[in-house]
Amino acid sequence: MASLDTIYPAVPIKVKAATNQEPLWVRVILISISLTFIGLFLFLPLAAIMTEALRKGIGAYLESFQDEDALAAIKLTLIAAAISVPANLVFGAAAAWALAKFDFRGRNVLVTLIDLPFAVSPVIAGLVFVLLFGLQGWLGPWLSEHDIKIIFAVPGIVLCTIFVTFPFVARELIPLMQEQGNEEEMAALVLGASGWKTFWRVTVPNVKWALLYGVILCNARAMGEFGAVSVVSGHIRGKTNTMPLHVEVLYNEYNFVAAFAVASLLAMLALVTLALKSLVEWRMNRTDVETIPPGKE
Amino acid sequence: MKKIRESRQLTGWINVPLALALLLASGLTAVPAYAAGSELLNVSYDPTRELYVEYNAAFAKYWKEKTGQDVTIEQSHGGAGKQARAVIDGLEADVVTLALAYDITAIAEKARLFPVDWQGRLPNNSCPYTSTIVFLVRKGNPKGIKDWDDLVKPGIEVITPNPKTSGGARWNYLAAWAYSLKKDLGDLKKVNEPQFAADVAKANDNAKNFVAALLKNVPVLDSGARGSTTTFVQRGIGDVLLAWENEAFLAINELGPDSVEVVVPSLSILAEPAVTLVDKNAKKHGTTEVAQAYLEYLYSPEGQRIVAKHFYRPSKPESANPADLARFPKVELVTIDAVFGGWKKAQETHFNDGGVFDAIYQPSR
Repeated sequence: MASLDTIYPAVPIKVKAATNQEPLWVRVILISISLTFIGLFLFLPLAAIMTEALRKGIGAYLESFQDEDALAAIKLTLIAAAISVPANLVFGAAAAWALAKFDFRGRNVLVTLIDLPFAVSPVIAGLVFVLLFGLQGWLGPWLSEHDIKIIFAVPGIVLCTIFVTFPFVARELIPLMQEQGNEEEMAALVLGASGWKTFWRVTVPNVKWALLYGVILCNARAMGEFGAVSVVSGHIRGKTNTMPLHVEVLYNEYNFVAAFAVASLLAMLALVTLALKSLVEWRMNRTDVETIPPGKE
Repeated sequence: MKKIRESRQLTGWINVPLALALLLASGLTAVPAYAAGSELLNVSYDPTRELYVEYNAAFAKYWKEKTGQDVTIEQSHGGAGKQARAVIDGLEADVVTLALAYDITAIAEKARLFPVDWQGRLPNNSCPYTSTIVFLVRKGNPKGIKDWDDLVKPGIEVITPNPKTSGGARWNYLAAWAYSLKKDLGDLKKVNEPQFAADVAKANDNAKNFVAALLKNVPVLDSGARGSTTTFVQRGIGDVLLAWENEAFLAINELGPDSVEVVVPSLSILAEPAVTLVDKNAKKHGTTEVAQAYLEYLYSPEGQRIVAKHFYRPSKPESANPADLARFPKVELVTIDAVFGGWKKAQETHFNDGGVFDAIYQPSR
């Protein structure tokens, strides 16, 4: 039906409408299903968080952020993200580059390993670090002797965050780099560019939007991670609680306004992430169209 | 042209990680910098959150007046078993204030951070306060729950935490067990008298069935007492919550008396939360003196007053405010030593892997 109309449009105006020729009721049902879904699973919880946070007025809401422990939690979350995101950026780019541009023995194993943090439950990830660095663990006694704290302190939280966010950057880059192949790099090398220069001038510009996309997702997860961090945190108020953990603490202390106030910050972070993600996606599509030479589609 | 310009911008942007790597290095070195003697870490169990907020402020004031030194007390809360595990794994508590003696002994045995005979080091078996287990039901008690027998009736949903991770849950479990024993034997003294061995064995069998039936009515086991309270009060799940007396009163205080009320059973258990210094950690941090004073101050008149205010039964009631004491319901309390032969035996029989709890508890449905 649709194709007939497109090929032989009875009235020129109909050409534009030809793309949605489904019966009205199908469209109405599909649209209302998706709207209900979005309403129930996105807007309702968001609205709930905001109403709970503002239950005792904007004053009480803002006061929640004056609390030292809340500030410490926000600071710790920012520190964890500020360390783990760049670290994953470097690891991820390096891993993707190695996997996409070279063929070597064990390559497939490496691809699988990169996905491991996605496959493993975050709680298990946390427990692995306890086994490694805990006082009864492999390295624990040595660390304790030298007064180095890993778990139940900031380094453990950062390590866990790096672990659970590891795949984000690499996963975004690998397919793109593979698709692009290494012809452009070859050309650059043939023209006399150094390896380093080739990387910065050819490889990076080609993948920068995917890279940014990975970083944004990685950051969102780094700030929102609960499970793994919960295992290694020790839950010391004002010291080793990240924002998600602090929300739990406040909730458990019947401090609902403050709990939802901190939760609202995390929700806002999610919205900002979403906006940035859409922006990057839009730029990605645009640069794709711009840079792909005619005929190479 | 455009491409090259963009790539330059990007190079600048990507150098950020180098700066942050430096931050990482500085962050790592900054963390272990403990200011000697000025910080204490108290690793505690779930319901003591509010108690120690007030007590810590009072102790800091006392310590400042006495010695002129500032002290900051940091808190960590969770199910007692879980918290003990964290200290064993290296959470550097200067003092532990946990729900029951066994969890503290476990730290002594597994991590050797203090002597195993720690319990004799402070008065009253190192229990500055005690508590008991009561029921919290919905306002008006719509299911008519009056005693332990009502908890095993079909269709009653009981909320209690997981005995593997929570101290309160183990007290709940043992209180139910003791109730069943008492019902069969009439007098709990028979438990320790050899001539009644056959009766006691039969009563223990009945108690096992009784507790199994009770656990069948439990839809969800949270990891700590506070989690169970929020499950019951906030999420509205269940008909009755088995709770620490202090936790039940606090829930009513915090959430208003129009939603829940306390029911006191005919018999319950004397719950004895214990405290101790973690010698090795305190020595390492140079906090032994202040940590010891912190625990001793719990027994002082001021400490006892705060304890009673937060619905814990003070070990020296004469120091507490009589109005606070009047709030505690009268209830027949049995002790773990008299009925179960102490915590070590109770833990090994009931809660360790392969114990009675594992045998009778099947996650429901």
